[in-house]
This record gives sequence, C-alpha cells and structure tokens, in this order.
Amino acid sequence: MAKVIVNDIEVDADPKDNCILAARKAGVEIPHYCWHESLSVVASCRMCLVEVGERKPDGTIVMGPKLVPGCQTPIREGTVIRTDTPKVKTTQAMTLELLLLNHPLDCSICDQAGECYLQDYTYKFGNAHSRLDEPKIQRMDKYHIGEQIALFTDRCVMCTRCVRFTREISGTAELQVVARGSHEEIDVFPEVPCDNKLAGNVVDLCPVGALCSKDFLYKKRVWWLKHSDSVCTGCSTGCSIQVDQNEDKVYRLRPRENPLAQGHFMCDEGRFGFKYIHDERRLKLPRISAAFSKAPSAKPPNGKPTGTADLDFSDPWSESMSMARSKIKEAIKNDAHGFVAVLSPFMTVEEAYLLAGYLKEIDKRIRLVLGPVPVDGVDDQYPKGPKGQPPAQDKVKFTIRAEKCPNRLGVEAILRHFEGQVRHLDDVILKADATAFYVVGGCSQGWVTESIDRGIGKPALLIVQDIFPSPLSDRADFVLPSASFAERDGTYVNYAGLAQAAHGAIRCPGDARADGRILMELSERKGLFNAMALRKEIGRTVPTLATLSVGELGDHGVKIATTAPEPIHS
Amino acid sequence: MTTTKKTKTVKWGDEPKLGWVEAMYLPAIVSGVATALKHAFSGKTTTRQYPEVEPTIPPNYRGVHRLNRDEAGRVKCVACYMCQTACPANCIEIIAAPAPKDDPKWKDRDKYPETFTIDELRCIYCGMCEEACPVDAIELTSIYDLTGLTRQEMIYDKEKLLSVYDQTVNSGNDPIRTNRGALGPASLEAPTAKQGPPPPGQGRHG
Repeated sequence: MAKVIVNDIEVDADPKDNCILAARKAGVEIPHYCWHESLSVVASCRMCLVEVGERKPDGTIVMGPKLVPGCQTPIREGTVIRTDTPKVKTTQAMTLELLLLNHPLDCSICDQAGECYLQDYTYKFGNAHSRLDEPKIQRMDKYHIGEQIALFTDRCVMCTRCVRFTREISGTAELQVVARGSHEEIDVFPEVPCDNKLAGNVVDLCPVGALCSKDFLYKKRVWWLKHSDSVCTGCSTGCSIQVDQNEDKVYRLRPRENPLAQGHFMCDEGRFGFKYIHDERRLKLPRISAAFSKAPSAKPPNGKPTGTADLDFSDPWSESMSMARSKIKEAIKNDAHGFVAVLSPFMTVEEAYLLAGYLKEIDKRIRLVLGPVPVDGVDDQYPKGPKGQPPAQDKVKFTIRAEKCPNRLGVEAILRHFEGQVRHLDDVILKADATAFYVVGGCSQGWVTESIDRGIGKPALLIVQDIFPSPLSDRADFVLPSASFAERDGTYVNYAGLAQAAHGAIRCPGDARADGRILMELSERKGLFNAMALRKEIGRTVPTLATLSVGELGDHGVKIATTAPEPIHS
Repeated sequence: MTTTKKTKTVKWGDEPKLGWVEAMYLPAIVSGVATALKHAFSGKTTTRQYPEVEPTIPPNYRGVHRLNRDEAGRVKCVACYMCQTACPANCIEIIAAPAPKDDPKWKDRDKYPETFTIDELRCIYCGMCEEACPVDAIELTSIYDLTGLTRQEMIYDKEKLLSVYDQTVNSGNDPIRTNRGALGPASLEAPTAKQGPPPPGQGRHG
C-alpha cells in the first residue's frame, strides 16, 4: 500500500493504481473519457489533467511544474494529487470547451442523454456556454458500422475506447480511426462491419452518444428506465448484468462490472437474447387437462355465469395447485420409485431446493434427475488472433461458454444433497420405469427433443412447469406457467462456483408466476417466497452450499466450495 | 399534525365588536340597496351574451394544444420526450422512431414522433409542455371551448394536433409564439387583443 494525498485527503492506494483510481479511493472524481479500467492507456482526451507532486521525507510538498494526465501517471508513496486548484479547473473547462467545439448539442434527440459523460462533466467541470462563432463541422451518421451499432459521427469525442476494445478485448480489430486532425473519424473497412460477438460492448464503452445500439435506438429515454441487478442466463459464465425496464417491459441488458464473474463486458448473445421474455407464445394460464378437471362441462367457459361483466377475479391457480398437490401424493403412493422430478439447469438454487425438499419429504424413494443441459459447440474465447484463432490460455479476457445454462452447478449441488448423486434424464428414459413426471423447463429455446418427448411418453401423471409451450406441455395433466430470468429472484452458480443473486425486474405475463412462488404454494410452506431467507436456510441444511448462509451475496457474489467441475454430460 | 397550541408565528384575529349602529344592520341594508339601484339605472350592461357573442381571449391563455409545423410542413417535434417528462398530469404519450431517411424530405432529421397523443381530458393546461419543449413544437392555443361526445374523441393524436395548428396559425390570435433562442411575438404587446375583460359585442367570431 502506498500513502497518497488527494486534495489534502490521505488514502492508502495500491501501488499499481494510477491517479484516477487513487483519487477515487479518496472520494475525488477525476473526469476522464479515454481511460477505461480494462483497456490500454492512451491519454488522448486530456480530460484527466491534474497537478501531481511529491511529499518529501522531511514533510515539504513539491508540486510538478506542469499538469499531467491522471490516467497515465502512476502513484507511489507520498504522491500528492491536486484536482481543486484554479489551474486544474481552468484546464478542465477549456478541454470540455474544445471537445464541444463541433459537438452538435442535439441532446434532445440523443439516446445517451441522461447517462452522457459530456453532459455530466460539462455540468460539473465545464462552462455554461461556448465562445465559438464559426459554424460547426457537420458529419454524416454511419449506420453501417455494425448490424447492431450506429455511429453518430459528429457526437464523437475521439476517445478511441471502441477502437481499443476491438483490438484488445475482442481481437477482431474492425474499428479504426481514419483521417487526421479535425477530420478524424471512427470507421470500419468497407464490407467489414463490426459484427463480432462482443460488438455490443462498444455502445456501453462510448462515453458519449456517438455509438448507439440500433436495437435500443429511440425506444426509451434512459431516465425512465429502472434498473435491477441480475445475472445473464445465456451461458454458464453468468455475467453480472443490469436489467433496464419500464412498465414491465425490458428494454435492454447492460453488463455490470464484476471482477469475479466476467469483468466489464458481456456478449451480444446475452445482450440481445432477452426478447423471448416478451414473446406472445409464453404460457400464461395454468391448465388442468380435461381428464383431471373436476367438472369440465358443468361450468360455462372461464367458469363465469353468463350475463356477468367480463371480469373474472377468481384465482386461476387455486384449483390447479390443490389438485396438483393431491395428484402428486397419489402418484407417489402408487409408485414412489416411478415418480421422477426433472430439475432444469435454468432453475435457481432456491427453486431446486424447494422442489427437491418437498418431494423428498413425501417419500425418500422418488427420483430427482437433472434435465438436459444445452451445449452449443465449444467455449468461445477472446481476444481472437488475427486469423480468428483463440488466444493462449493465460491471455483469455472473455469467454462465451458452450454450456448454455446458468445454474448446472447449483442444481447439481442440490441433487447431490438430496439424491446422493447426479442422475440425468436420459438414464431414466433408458430404464423406462417412470410412471409420473414433474418436469421443470425454463429454457428460452425448445428443449424438448424428440428423444425426450418419446422417452417421457404418456405417464400416469405429467406436470410441466415451463415458460413456453412444448409437446410435453400440450399433453401435460398440469401446466404451470412459470417465469423467465427477468421475473424472478434467486441464486445462480456459474461455471467457477460463483454464486450470484439475481433480482426480479418485472412481473410475469398474464397469470404466470415465478417458479419460487409456485413451489412455495405447492409445498404449502408458510409465508411468501423470499430468496434471502431461503438462501440462509439452504446454507444451514446443504453442507456444500454452506457459504450461502450469509444471505446477502453482495454485488459480486460469493464463491461456494464445489468439487472440480465435472465434464458436461452430453 | 394536530396541535392546539397557539404559536407566535400565527396571528390570531378576533371578529370586530359591533357597535349599536352596526347592530341595527340598517346602514348596511341601505348601502346594499343603493349599490343595486345604481347598477340597475346606470345603463351599462355587464352580462356576457355567450355563446352568441364570444369573448376575446388574451394571448397568454392556455387552451387546446397544437403541434407546430416547420418550414417544410413536417411536424416540428423531434420526439425528445421533454414534454412527456415535464407533464405533471401524465397525459402525453409519444412513440419515437428513426426518421424515414430514404425520403428526401426527412433527410436532415434523425428522430421524429411516430405517434404523439395528448389526453385532453387528463391535461390540466399548466403549460409545462410548452415550457419544456426545446424546439417550440408544442404550444397551447386560445381555443377554450373544447367539447366532445366521447372520451375517445378527446384523446388527440398527431394528425389532430397538427390540424389544430393549421386551423389556428392564421387566425390572428395564435401566432407562432416562440422561436428558438428568441422570444416570439407573444412577448411583444399583442396588437389584436388588450388585457382584461373584452368589451361586449367584440367576440372572437364577430
């Protein structure tokens, strides 16, 4: 640790820190555009100029004669940083005036307005007006930068964060600076758009409104978005994300910095892959098959007497819940070994625990199996080499994993606790001795393959808890519409055993319910579903998940003590 | 908060004591009758003959909204959502879209309102939208007699708001009030109307 004095505040900073990080530890903000924690340093925007000096061993302070860029200046014991002198303040205002010389000031139609560093820094450090009398240089917008990316050229401040990202993180190097001086622009080579699998990150990296996501363009002003911390369920990397929603509609996902999980970024597959949660085909109403329904023809449709207003306040779940409960008990009584519960790797730890605990309490002999784990190709590692080859193992900066589910390890830990081993659905299908199934889905794509469909067949009791209709849900005795990742609270354990808490952002569509709530009601536990209370309980009862007993997992999550990850079951 | 304690910041008054003259009430009755008689025989009419004679509306009146057009006849609004953000009654709803760039008419615009809806029944006519607009696209006109037979009909869409502009812009009473960066004619003394109640017989429509 090195002692650093920032504006007379003495702090302990890491000797590897630069002035910006050291000042941040003292609670002092040094404005910057081009510097980013995970990218190389270019010191080109000149926004972070500060006065730096040194405290001599005898206590005298000697300041340097010139301003230095804070991003490029390392610290050491006794470094003195000043950001509040007139010299620094004038320079900051002058730099901003320069950056805004040709800026069109079209904040009213710019998607970045509200989270724009030009706005924020001008408000905090800049002048209220520009002295430029000449007409501003106008440049053409470039909608050809990428399939998902548009460049509003005249808003750019040439920080080159996006260029460095494609060179250093994705390794694809599509973006570059063309021309010189005041003609500088970001551009791509003709016919080579920026369409790599990490391309969406340049939109987040852009500190101004130059690079915009075409997917989000003009959809919502950012000050109306409400943010919830969540976890991407696209693959087993488990990127920390922020779900931005307004009025129960998710508009975008953004990566949340998490050094334990993925760093600063996320892949486009996860970023734009959330659209299925608003799909019209989602299961929205609990359904009981005609064979099980109490009096299917006695009631008019929807159970309403004719002539009343078109309002039905009855709970569509009450009948299916009580009936499902009694049918499960009946099926277990008839053939306990033949009752199979399929736990999907898309479930949270809490949900898996609730379902497994409930069924095992009725009869120890019932079987719990892990549902199909979707695997797509091999792990995709970045930065790519010049020919698209993956990097050396110690140079990997981002990995899109082949295992396309968020919580295999967490569900396996629960299975091991209740079952002693991890059995897979295929084993049960091979034996063909199951008479009743409780199947949990939750996957965005159709996970019911033909072999699963045929293997499950038509058992005596089939309960399907899923978000999309499938051949199984079509012939299920009970269909329980459940929630997507954005609609539920819970814990996911990623490939490395990092348990992260996800928080629900929106409500379920129609009469669908979060899986946790369904299972709380099914198992007749007292109270409402509360992820934190359940985590504490799981921590107490499941030894391998003992670290969950802290309850609050924080922004970065906690590591759980897992055995070495098993190879993916194919 | 309920308190019965009389604090020093509150000035408590007592009703004035009646003397014997006031207690008779006769002076008050006499002066009241005198005022009534004075008006009855003065020869001046103070009754407004509405709706046969319509009043002249002052230029700062806040009536039905309109969406202004720019020089090319396009909707001036750039869909920045400032009015929707400022609206305390939550009656404005905009859906923005990228401007149709292929159309040469829209080449210089990035964003435009695909729909622009104002619920005139929910609106409280506070004028905050007009205040917030950075391009002077939304303005409140002097149309005060807003009626309709259904609620649906009172939800004005973009076409209707533009038609209010077409209808009012040349009527003389609703010039384009403001222009970017400079105050418009509304800040000057209006030649068409004087402040205060209008003289009878000189309504907006004759």
